[in-house]
This record gives sequence, structure tokens and C-alpha cells, in this order.
Amino acid sequence: MHVFTDPKNFDAYVSGFLWILKLTGASAACALVLGVLLAAMRVSPVPVLRGFGAGWVNIFRNTPLTLVIFFCYFGLYSTLGLSLSQELDLNRYWLGVIGLSTYTAAFVCEAIRSGINTVPTGQAEAARAIGLSFAQTLRIVVLPQAARSVIAPFGSILIALCKNATIVGTIGLMESSNVMKDLINSYGNAVIPIFLVFAGTFAALLIPTGYFFGWLANKLAVKR
Amino acid sequence: MDDVTTGEPLIVLDSVNKWFGPLHVLDDVSLSVGRGEVVVVIGPSGSGKSTLCRTINRLEPINSGTITFDGQALPAEGKALAKLRSEVGMVFQSFNLFAHKTILENVTLGPTKVRKEKVATARERGLALLDRVGIANQADKFPAQLSGGQQQRAAIARALAMQPKAMLFDEPTSALDPEMVGEVLDVMTSLARDGMTMVVVTHEMGFARHAANRVIFMADGKLVEDAAPTEFFANPRSERAKDFLSKILTH
Repeated sequence: MHVFTDPKNFDAYVSGFLWILKLTGASAACALVLGVLLAAMRVSPVPVLRGFGAGWVNIFRNTPLTLVIFFCYFGLYSTLGLSLSQELDLNRYWLGVIGLSTYTAAFVCEAIRSGINTVPTGQAEAARAIGLSFAQTLRIVVLPQAARSVIAPFGSILIALCKNATIVGTIGLMESSNVMKDLINSYGNAVIPIFLVFAGTFAALLIPTGYFFGWLANKLAVKR
Repeated sequence: MDDVTTGEPLIVLDSVNKWFGPLHVLDDVSLSVGRGEVVVVIGPSGSGKSTLCRTINRLEPINSGTITFDGQALPAEGKALAKLRSEVGMVFQSFNLFAHKTILENVTLGPTKVRKEKVATARERGLALLDRVGIANQADKFPAQLSGGQQQRAAIARALAMQPKAMLFDEPTSALDPEMVGEVLDVMTSLARDGMTMVVVTHEMGFARHAANRVIFMADGKLVEDAAPTEFFANPRSERAKDFLSKILTH
């Protein structure tokens, strides 16, 4: 394991995974907010909003993430001049967050929508019958109950998002997979150990995440 | 029971038509319900009686005709519709209590979120209503922990918490175990005595006989008979009503 005893390599390894964690955290927050809004649009009584929500889901769920990230870099940044930071790495980071969250929001939206479908229609009818508005019905009655059946799928989406964050490496951010590629280039005799360390780190981060979401889903399950 | 109607009617349906696809569920239905009147709607299943009940607070939109509540045509959407619904209590067959809220929270939700009442005021009235329907000791439980009869009484308290001008009951006892029907009907009977305007879709002929001012008989989406209960049960005029009554009253 002489590769990782070199402080320079170890620092690169740590900062690579820090980028992954930061990308995951920021994108998860944005995708959650965006996904809730899109799901609200998809179940709203307004046809234009329903169409917008459906359009978003169909476009981003069916486009490879690599293309979305490339578009953020070459389209938004290089062509349209959208610069989010003077610092090169931070600019790539934020472009990555935009790409990851627009893409992931489509999946969040669909998970919430199927969660909403697990809430009996009578719940929304009773809410409307006492005079709650559409937004109140969704916020106070439907979403809290949907949330409980959405927890488990959210776990899967978060895990996928964390792994997908490596794609931001393709636009030059030195996240984990980019670091791994560099290390493999420099230490051709230690390919398997390097690979195992990186894969193991992902597994060590994500296996507990999966169990945590499973536990949370059970704990919050709604009694009927 | 004596005629309690005074002034202009509270609920007026005029030539209401509704289709579910090719199915004509409400066929030119006209009906008016006076203030303080208790109208029981009966009829074979599929006759449109539940749909009729649900059109009054526009849980079901209609295709043609007009529905007027308290002198105002039903608003189509938005704030005005929400306001109207807050003035019409609704009790469902399957209770539909909010599963993630306690019984007391179910009852105070409308007053605090729709009417913006203070939590303390709403709680006080909520507890009084739960006491009135006999389940004050269940206030902090969740709906799934209550029996069907208790849940339905909580649902009635939830509707009453909005201090509605009228109450709609959509087969309120049909999902209950037989031994729990009585406790719900008792609450409804006492409401009727207190002068609440009620539209009740039910199969409980006993309730229709002793609590209703009028009985409406529906079949195939049409309003077939509209009579006082004694008259309806003693001398049904239409063949459909005679047939229906012969089937349910022989047992």
C-alpha cells in the first residue's frame, strides 16, 4: 500500500472523496426541492404545470447523465458563458451540481409521485372537504403520508446520486474517479489495490446509507 | 316530524346532469333542501345517490345544470370553492381521518389552517366536540387505534369543528360492523334534533323513518320519489320504489 503512504497521494484521495461528498450533498438538497416542486406540478389541476413536470421528467430521466454534465460544461459554460465561480474547480463543481440535480430531480419527482399514489384518495378528498386549498392539502395531508413510503426509494436515489457524482470528473473536477485514474497512470503495478481502495471507500460510505434509509422507512411507516 | 323549513332553501340543485363516460349517473336531478331539513337519500346501489351527495360540495363536478348553496352558485375552483367546502361538512363511508394525525389534530386542523383560529381556541372546541360524540378519552390516539364506530364519530366531530351550515353524509354506516352502527346513528339523530341541515345517503331505513323530514328515492340516476318518510314507506308510488322496499323490508 505504498501508494497511499505518500502524503501527496493520500491528500488527493481524501480531497477526491470530499468533492464527491460535497457534490452529493448539494445536489441532493437541490434535487429534493426541485423534485418536490415537479411532483406538485405533476399532480396539480393546472394542465400547463402538469405538462411542464412531465416534460422535465421525460427529458432528464431519458438522457444519459454524461450528456447532461457535458451540456452544463460545454453548453452553459463554454457557449453561453455561465460562470459560477472565478475559481476553475469551484466553477466545475457548481456546473456539476446543476447537472446532477436537474437529472436527479426527475427521479425524485417520480418517487414522490408514486408515494402520493400510495396515499388513499379519501385523504385528499377529506382535506378538500374541510376547505384546505390544493397547496395545503398537498403540504399538510398528502406529502407527509407519501414521504413515509418515499423514504426507501430516496435511499436508492441518494446512493445512485453519490456514485453518479463521479461523472463530474469528465469535466475536469479532481473527484475520486479522476484521482484514481491518475494514480493508476502513475502506479501501473498497483492497479488492483488502488481499485479496491476506491471501490471499498464507496462501499463503506454507501452500505450504511442503504441500511439507514431502510431503518428510517420502517420506523416512519404509517399505520392504517 | 313537523315541517321545519323556513325561508329560502339552503341547497338547490336544478336540472343537474352528470356522466361518467357513457354512464348517465345523474339524470336531470332537481332538488331543494331547506334550512334545518334532514333529507335521506335511498336507492339501489349504482343509482347515483353517492354522486349526488358529492356534487353538493363539488367533490364531483357536474356536466350541466346548476347547484346553489346558501343563495350562491357553486364556485368552479380556487379560494371561493375552498371557502364553500369549509361551510359544508362531509362525512365519508370510509371515515378518511388523516392517518398521520391524532384524533384531536384531525378535529383542529380545519379551524386552525382554514379559519386561522388560535390553536388553544380550536383545541377547546375540538375537545368539546369529541366529548359530544363520546370519544373525548381517545383525543390523543391515532385513527388506526380506534374502532370503526369511534373513527366515524371522530370524522363527524371533524366536520362539525368547521361550524358548517349543512352536513353531507355519504353512507356513513356502510363500512361499520353492525354493533357500531347504532352509536353513529345516535350522533346523527342528535344532530338532526339540534336543527342541522343534513343530506344523508344511507341504507338505514330506521334512521330514515325516525330522523328524516323527507326521503328521496333514486334509481338509475333519476330522482324517482320525494316524500315524507311515513308516506314513502307506507305508500311508495313508483314500481321501482315498491320493488326496492319489498327487497329490503322483508328481512
